[in-house]
Amino acid sequence: MKTIKNHVNTKACNLLLGNILLTSALAAVFAAPAWADDAQFSNKLLLTGGVSQVEGSAGGGLTPWAVIGGYGSNNQIGGNVHYTYVKSSDYKLDTYGFTVGFYDRFEFSVAEQRFDVSKLRNKVEAAFPGAIGRDTLNQMIIGAKVRVFGEAILDADTWMPQVSVGIQYKENQDKDFIKSAVVGAKSDHGTDIYVAATKLFLDKNLLLNGTLRFTKANQFGLLGFGGDKHDNYQPMLEVSAAYLLRKDLTVGAEYRMKPDNLRSPLNPALQPLTGSNNSINLQEDDAFDVFVAYAPTKNISLTAAYVYLGNIATVDAVKADFGKQDAVYLSAQIGF
Amino acid sequence: MNFNIKAVIVALLASSTLTFTLPALAEVTEGTRSASLGNTPMEGTETFIAFGGKEGLVKIMDDFMIGLVADPRTKPFFDNNKQTFIKAMLVDQMCELMNGGCKYVGRDMKSSHANMKVNREGFNALVEQFQFAMDKHNVPFSAQNKLLAKLAPMYREIETTTGNAVPPVFAKTAE
Repeated sequence: MKTIKNHVNTKACNLLLGNILLTSALAAVFAAPAWADDAQFSNKLLLTGGVSQVEGSAGGGLTPWAVIGGYGSNNQIGGNVHYTYVKSSDYKLDTYGFTVGFYDRFEFSVAEQRFDVSKLRNKVEAAFPGAIGRDTLNQMIIGAKVRVFGEAILDADTWMPQVSVGIQYKENQDKDFIKSAVVGAKSDHGTDIYVAATKLFLDKNLLLNGTLRFTKANQFGLLGFGGDKHDNYQPMLEVSAAYLLRKDLTVGAEYRMKPDNLRSPLNPALQPLTGSNNSINLQEDDAFDVFVAYAPTKNISLTAAYVYLGNIATVDAVKADFGKQDAVYLSAQIGF
Repeated sequence: MNFNIKAVIVALLASSTLTFTLPALAEVTEGTRSASLGNTPMEGTETFIAFGGKEGLVKIMDDFMIGLVADPRTKPFFDNNKQTFIKAMLVDQMCELMNGGCKYVGRDMKSSHANMKVNREGFNALVEQFQFAMDKHNVPFSAQNKLLAKLAPMYREIETTTGNAVPPVFAKTAE
């Protein structure tokens, strides 16, 4: 864990990894026709490994599912690299990483997130110089998941879902800032624990997933963990429904509850900066999305979604009314 | 725990429907499903019609077999002189599963795969080739999945290894 962290952590490495992923993604997209008939490459059924969700685990766009990532079957190892771009009205998020599935039993993933807050920074900078002091907030996520029982796809004659448990260890790299009075997080790292149940109702072309996550993360961890409102693990329900239109095309929707831990508006330390108790509003909302996932070949999955993220940070004093974040979500995943 | 309960239930069901059979032939009772069918048949006949009836199934199985022999993952299991027999058995089995008025008289899934070792990779590869064949004959996706939903649970009887696949060994006959 330590070694991986050290390797992935450095900025140079991040950029390099980003470039490699992007290059290989582009190369793979253009090389697609040559791979299309290579049936030996992967041995799960199309799209049944889910896609890489925003934190790097196999699932939908927002939610980890019980499926194990990669197209390896139960005697194989499979993996993928992914890049996800989320552009909301006032923010941007880049996520890239890799996911490896072992024997359809165990999944390991590493993801790096870069959350672009430059628009907020620019608005805030004139009134409160240095209050944000950076254009991006970064975090690294290491995920592990183990399938406990069930076959989401093949057990088509029972209601028994596939059930997995997983963790996502998250480490925010802007430690001092997110723990400062401006954000007010209690910690710069945290571990989400979840149990996910996924079931494909094959005769109805319908996949349902429910995930119960215990978390302290603020905005997925991008704003740290815990706050003055709450600094304890809270259960959050995440649900997904996907309808299979074709074997290579799925549409769906997801809802993800998120905690609301931060109480920046009432933080007295902010008063000298903003002149008011209510000028930075970090109230966190639940998120939902509607998505379409397309697998032009077995090795490539492309996901496009509309995501609603609600409020992330609103600063009335500088007219940064960023309270309702509608976002476009684009993700590409290349499997091996 | 769940596996154990399930195994017991499956064992009970299996033993309650167990019949002594002539070699390779399961007993068929008029008006009920074949004991060796592997799943309950569908209620209506919409899916069967979507497959083009028995005639459609025959064509699909012809292409299915070609795909199985062309796919290196399934070739060792199907590149043999049993193809005509297997295709006929599959047509009957699918036909009965889709309530098409046929009777499957073949062996159950466990004994018909007893002389080989099938793993998940091979099972999924077969499903994939079946999807290709159904696509080729324009079977609508939702009809495909209705049949696949009947077939997928048979992995429990068909898969006998999580290790390497072992192709079938046929007993030498005097004829």
